[in-house]
Amino acid sequence: MRNIRAVAANTFREAVRDRVLYNLVFFALLMMGAAILVGQISIGIQQDVIVSLGLSAISIIGIFIAVFLGVALVSKEMDKRTLYSLLAKPVHRWEFLLGKFVGLVLTLAVNTAAMTLGLYAALWSVKRPLEPADAYILVAVYLILLKLALIVALALLFSCFTSPFLAILFTVGLYVTGLFAGDLRTVRGLRMDPSTLQFTRGISYLLPNFQNFDVMAPVVHGQGVPASFVWNATVYALLYTAIVLAGAAAVFSRRNLK
Amino acid sequence: MRLIFPTSGGARILGKSINDVSVHGSIGYLPEQPYFYDYLTAHEVLDYFARFHGLTANDRRARVEGMLKKVGLESAKKIQLRKYSKGMLQRVGLAQAILHRPQVVVLDEPMSGLDPLGRREVRDIILELKREGRTVLFSTHVLSDAEMLCDRVGVIVGGKLRGVGMPGELMEIKSHGMEILFELPNEPSNFPLLAKAARTGERYRVQLPEAELYDAFDQLKAAGARISSVTQLKPTLEEFFMNLVEADRAQAAAVEVSGK
Repeated sequence: MRNIRAVAANTFREAVRDRVLYNLVFFALLMMGAAILVGQISIGIQQDVIVSLGLSAISIIGIFIAVFLGVALVSKEMDKRTLYSLLAKPVHRWEFLLGKFVGLVLTLAVNTAAMTLGLYAALWSVKRPLEPADAYILVAVYLILLKLALIVALALLFSCFTSPFLAILFTVGLYVTGLFAGDLRTVRGLRMDPSTLQFTRGISYLLPNFQNFDVMAPVVHGQGVPASFVWNATVYALLYTAIVLAGAAAVFSRRNLK
Repeated sequence: MRLIFPTSGGARILGKSINDVSVHGSIGYLPEQPYFYDYLTAHEVLDYFARFHGLTANDRRARVEGMLKKVGLESAKKIQLRKYSKGMLQRVGLAQAILHRPQVVVLDEPMSGLDPLGRREVRDIILELKREGRTVLFSTHVLSDAEMLCDRVGVIVGGKLRGVGMPGELMEIKSHGMEILFELPNEPSNFPLLAKAARTGERYRVQLPEAELYDAFDQLKAAGARISSVTQLKPTLEEFFMNLVEADRAQAAAVEVSGK
């Protein structure tokens, strides 16, 4: 635990010193721009525009950071050979990996929290006061964070056995495919033979289903999200992330570092 | 160091398998050309590494401060490593390797990239570790360093271990003879030894078998020479190494000629 905490804290510090959090400036400008612009158009859709724009930005910026920093977590340490001194210490490779993961998720959590505050500030500026239903935004943000953790785990896994460029490609590819995992399950191929259909369905259950984390539509319209949905998404994210991290640890523990 | 894994077989350090992570608490390692997180300061990077050894916060601070002083980085401890020179990074590397007072210290080319002063400091640190009873294993291309510091030397040529032993043992302390360095008074008389001597500046240098030493002394005394030094000629580690390399090359050439 001590080792994981040390690596995580250092990863967080690296992100901060590498000015990763500067993206918040961009987000702030976006929110301010949106608030000003929305104020000039129809009153009825102000909330919709601000919330959907805000949540999309939180998600996209988060994905961007999760993919690029997630892939760099381990590959950068190998490239720069900073890992060599560390692995000579009494620390397991899986501890290092987990510490890196926790550190980046922590960075993303802080970043996302700051963006959420910005989103609420923009919302408050166009429709003060806030309503109780606005709290559902927090649910959406929580689910985005789960999604980001899963993406970080995937990026980490790929970066353990392939080049950073390919790892980015694989992670993004898997994310995009995962957005349609649910659709694959319900596909009714008219010209598909039964075995292909079965194969497609089978694959769809292996793919990370990112639809599980999408509650944008109800939240934008101020509707609630069922507790069971949140609960299922949480368990799904925890399990999937744990399995992916275990795979990453298994690969990384056997890797020769020359 | 668990960076690469054996295709077969295993290794033990301090009686424990190298796969046992706990043994790393007793090992210090300096990689060749060490790189550290360049966004950290020397103090931060050492504190970070110290965390893996279960030291308390107070202990860590004291150790890190002491170590920075020891490797001569105290004045630069608040500067990010991205602004460090290669020599300074080497010192940070050495500091992190011995921070936790390991029993065994493995140093990969500890003196590369250092100026003469830095090399001397590293040599002093290695000798201090030795005095404290720690085992230091280091690799080097500078054979005089090995000769000066090591109790035991292993020579690797072409990826194979070609000899292990005390430096003297390895080179079979067999004297090659003696060398005498002397100066002559203003008007030198001719004597047999002078014919064999080579002159450099004011000094004469002559090499002779050990058995002729006393005869040479007599001649020098008669000529009124002032003897500056008498040294035994021993093969250096460098010569030993070069002989092995030459032998390898000769063998390779022979194999090539015979078409095997």
